[in-house]
Amino acid sequence: MHPLRFITALFVSLLATITLTACGGGGGSANDGGLSGKLVITGSSTCAPVISEAAKRFEQLHPGVRIDVQTGGSGRGIADVGKGTAQIGMASRALKDAEKQTLSAHPFASDGVCIILHKSNPVTELTSEQIVAFYTGQTTNWKDVGGKDAAITVVNKAEGRATLEVFLEFFKLKNPDIKPAVIVGENEHAIKTVVGDVNAIGYVSIGTAEYSAGSGTAIKLLPAGGIPATTKALADGKFPISRPLILVTKPQTNPLTKAFIDYCQSKEIHDLIASQYFVPASR
Amino acid sequence: MTSSPRNISSLHRADAALLWTLRGLAAVAGIVVVLIVVFLVLESLPALRSIGLLRFLRDQSWYPLSDQFNMMPMVAGSLAVTLGAIVLATPLGIGSALFCRYYAPRPIADFYRGIVQVLAGIPSVVFGFWGLVVWVPLVTQSLLAGILILALMILPTIALLAETSLAAVPVLYERGAAALGLTRWAMIRRVMLPAARSGIVTSIILAIGRAIGETMAVVMVCGNVVQLPDSLFAPIRTLTANIALEMSYAGEAHRSALFVSGLLLMFIVVLLVAVAQWISKESDHA
Repeated sequence: MHPLRFITALFVSLLATITLTACGGGGGSANDGGLSGKLVITGSSTCAPVISEAAKRFEQLHPGVRIDVQTGGSGRGIADVGKGTAQIGMASRALKDAEKQTLSAHPFASDGVCIILHKSNPVTELTSEQIVAFYTGQTTNWKDVGGKDAAITVVNKAEGRATLEVFLEFFKLKNPDIKPAVIVGENEHAIKTVVGDVNAIGYVSIGTAEYSAGSGTAIKLLPAGGIPATTKALADGKFPISRPLILVTKPQTNPLTKAFIDYCQSKEIHDLIASQYFVPASR
Repeated sequence: MTSSPRNISSLHRADAALLWTLRGLAAVAGIVVVLIVVFLVLESLPALRSIGLLRFLRDQSWYPLSDQFNMMPMVAGSLAVTLGAIVLATPLGIGSALFCRYYAPRPIADFYRGIVQVLAGIPSVVFGFWGLVVWVPLVTQSLLAGILILALMILPTIALLAETSLAAVPVLYERGAAALGLTRWAMIRRVMLPAARSGIVTSIILAIGRAIGETMAVVMVCGNVVQLPDSLFAPIRTLTANIALEMSYAGEAHRSALFVSGLLLMFIVVLLVAVAQWISKESDHA
């Protein structure tokens, strides 16, 4: 899956380069609205897939514009805007109070994570304490929470995954304290693992889980704090295990920066947001 | 065709052209390996400098984002799953080659060989998914699941190459053995297998190379927990799985640490090839 995705990305970027070069030669001035210049965007690798695709579309709409998207984590994105080495930073968390003094945040999407079980598992709700006890190895049998007498298969994510970060932050866990039986990469891999093991517990992006459960996959999504795990609850800002995906700028922005941020908050990129299993931010 | 001197000299020229083409192609193959190693070293250097080689061997575990970098459990995982697969696949592969060459009637042998060739062509992600759906419910995501899947994946390599090297044994050996009145099994054991030994050893080396480098299938069935396996049912993570799982979302320091797994893997493969060559040389002398 990774090599494939990499090759696709390579191919797409190659194609984009070719198309862009072609456009440059033709001097397509039909649609550029007078915008030109160069934008540097750095930051969260969670946001990057959406923003770099959005940037490619934006460049096609405005042939005079060049946008350079680099990753390096939310911290780098915020720091780069502060230093002025980037016009826009990408972050997969809300700004801290100190950062709000000098920077402004422009949310474009939300990322939510929900707990999944096998559909045949009789357990329908778990408290945060129970989930923490599962993942730290204090509870190892489903009967302790009213389920069958069977060992719990704890499914965790590999280091660096955004879903892992959201999960750890929400449950106040540190990855070395987790005692997993299986570690997976992609959301799909987590879902297949839970489908293949009736005693498994895992967590994935809400969008992926909702789509899989909707198309008949044998998983069930657990509510969190009484809120059902749906993309709607996430979009309404009600679902607790979530985080905003934001673009960060200085309070005063130039027209090009503002135009790109407006573009990223518009319906134009909702398909890109959905393709990464995020939900668009409500405006 | 005439045999004028001119023709002979042009033959020489053609030979020279061929020679230089072959030299060029061989150089490309060699240079690619060297370039990959150089690339791995360059990418690993930042991690090796800032973290130091010793911590990759001695840290508590592998949590690169919590500053723990021990790769030894993954080295053990890679070696354990490869060893298990080879132990299973070698007798099966050689047995299947013997069956095909000496015991099966011609049509059955041809059909069977075709099946083994198809087995060789199944993509690893299919093996992985099949393993996840069929084997994992029986044996959980574990070292054993990895061994079973890998054994099936490398079986055709051993079976097909072993049969080819048996076929390359001079037919006189077979006739001589028959003339001496040896039973079929005695002929195979005393004459054919020893004569085909170096080819069979080579097939096993290639199978080891495929097993230790396999990624997709292993990621899907082994559980990927970083720990020294204490039983066949314990989940393990291999060096290749480590790269596949973490590379796409890794930041700079983490990425460089992952390239150290690649470097380590390369080192293990070089070591295995050296050992295998030494073994096959020893057995030639014996």
